[in-house]
Amino acid sequence: MAKELFVSKSDDLPDGERKIVPNGNYEIGVYRVNGDLFAYQNVCPHQGGPACEGLLMAKVEEVIAEDKTYQGMTFNHDEMHIVCPWHGWEFDLATGDMVADRKFRLKKYDVVEKDDGIYVTL
Amino acid sequence: MEIPTDHLNKMSVEEFDTSKLLINAARQRDQRGLEDVLIVDVDCHHYENESMKDIVEFIDDPVLRRTAQVYSGAGTGANNPFMMGSPGSQDVAGRVTRYPLRKMEETPEDGTHRDIHLSLKWMDAMGVDYVMLFPTPMLLLGLHPVPEYEVAMSRAYNRWLTEKILAEENRLKTMLYLPFNDPDATYQMVKDFGDREGVCGFMVVSTRYKPVYDNAYMKTYSLIEEMGKPLAFHGSYSWNDQLLGNTNRFLVTHALGFTIFNAVHMCNWIVNGLPERFPNLDVMWIESGLAWVPWLMQRLDNDYRMRSSEAPLLKRLPSEYMGEMFYSSQPMEMPHNPDILEMTFKMINAETQLCWCSDYPHWDMDVPSVIYDLPFLDERQKKNILGENARKLYNIDVSDRFPNYQPPA
Repeated sequence: MAKELFVSKSDDLPDGERKIVPNGNYEIGVYRVNGDLFAYQNVCPHQGGPACEGLLMAKVEEVIAEDKTYQGMTFNHDEMHIVCPWHGWEFDLATGDMVADRKFRLKKYDVVEKDDGIYVTL
Repeated sequence: MEIPTDHLNKMSVEEFDTSKLLINAARQRDQRGLEDVLIVDVDCHHYENESMKDIVEFIDDPVLRRTAQVYSGAGTGANNPFMMGSPGSQDVAGRVTRYPLRKMEETPEDGTHRDIHLSLKWMDAMGVDYVMLFPTPMLLLGLHPVPEYEVAMSRAYNRWLTEKILAEENRLKTMLYLPFNDPDATYQMVKDFGDREGVCGFMVVSTRYKPVYDNAYMKTYSLIEEMGKPLAFHGSYSWNDQLLGNTNRFLVTHALGFTIFNAVHMCNWIVNGLPERFPNLDVMWIESGLAWVPWLMQRLDNDYRMRSSEAPLLKRLPSEYMGEMFYSSQPMEMPHNPDILEMTFKMINAETQLCWCSDYPHWDMDVPSVIYDLPFLDERQKKNILGENARKLYNIDVSDRFPNYQPPA
């Protein structure tokens, strides 16, 4: 049977927040964003940086008009990125995929909320 | 401190500690047993601008010193006659958080300089034994329009660095910044500072508009060759450069900038026969990555075969001279196909010519595992690249860290 790691009480992880909890030799970063929970190992597949300790940022997109001209850039809050603080590698919060090169990804964990608590399945 | 995460929101950060940021590097160090491996970092940095008030007191010229005192003090506005800046976004607009957060880090008030404390913290985390320490904003000083300013600031910096930092900590060393825009001052700098404790070689920041073949530099190359220390060319960038000014994303400004200036100097160095004129002068190329070397080897060899009359001093192909030079590894390009990297290592004779470096704390830094984990290197090759090649090149006495040191067998 899979082990469960207690993260926090539900109220202690409000929407838009992150908690980093120890798990053996490393940590797990747990996020609640727009009502959904996500959990990833705090190790970047690039050089091993603590990816979950970095910024959580919206995807940057270019605005291109119908005539193909560049009109500027904007944030797309429908795709949030975990940004590793060592080098700036960005990972899709929903999947853990490295957005610039999908051959890389963060190690993902299932996370559940029950009995007023948040748990990661190891 | 709060860092904006978009145009409306911010992330709050309560503390910053280098050891905590690099805890995964320390775990890599322990998992790989790197404490027992000699690791010499041939290119890392500090932020000398944070000590500018102290540094300017070492400026010889009284008028320039007074001017520098004014601008390093309360300030008189945004302009500073000593710093030649360039627009840039090295920290990927705050995503590499150690840039905005570094001022929050606390260090002991025990009389040891903050830069020594900070350097030893990251070195210990990575398992690094010795480093070549370089400045940061001064990497753009070669773009200053007036050579006198580069000379004054670099002499002050070198005095301050050798007396206040290197003399206090044996693990910190440097390749001395040379004010290359003034050839005579460059020569004098080598003479005056070349034998100081911790000076393992000499460094020219590549980002400038002075050709290395100018006769005015020959006496300096002779002197450095005679001293038996290496000469390095350190990459940098300038968004103000006419060519690089055509790039509108810093990704490209950086990718090309840190390579192209070194590529120009390398070509001039080779085709003017400087390896033949100074056969015992070791030359190193820093912070351009590695992928540019195979490109330039093939490009130069091809042209040289057709136009050898323009490079009559050469007795061999350009690539053969390039294969005898030294290279720093960072930033390591990591292609998905490892064969590409393995071939690059073969072409530059990495086993004897490549030296690992971190470039820490800069944004594209490398940890030692980028070398240690390469599948095509054996144990001896890894140790050569991580430390032994640099130990030999700089003739570093490592007995304080490794009393019974033996080169990798």
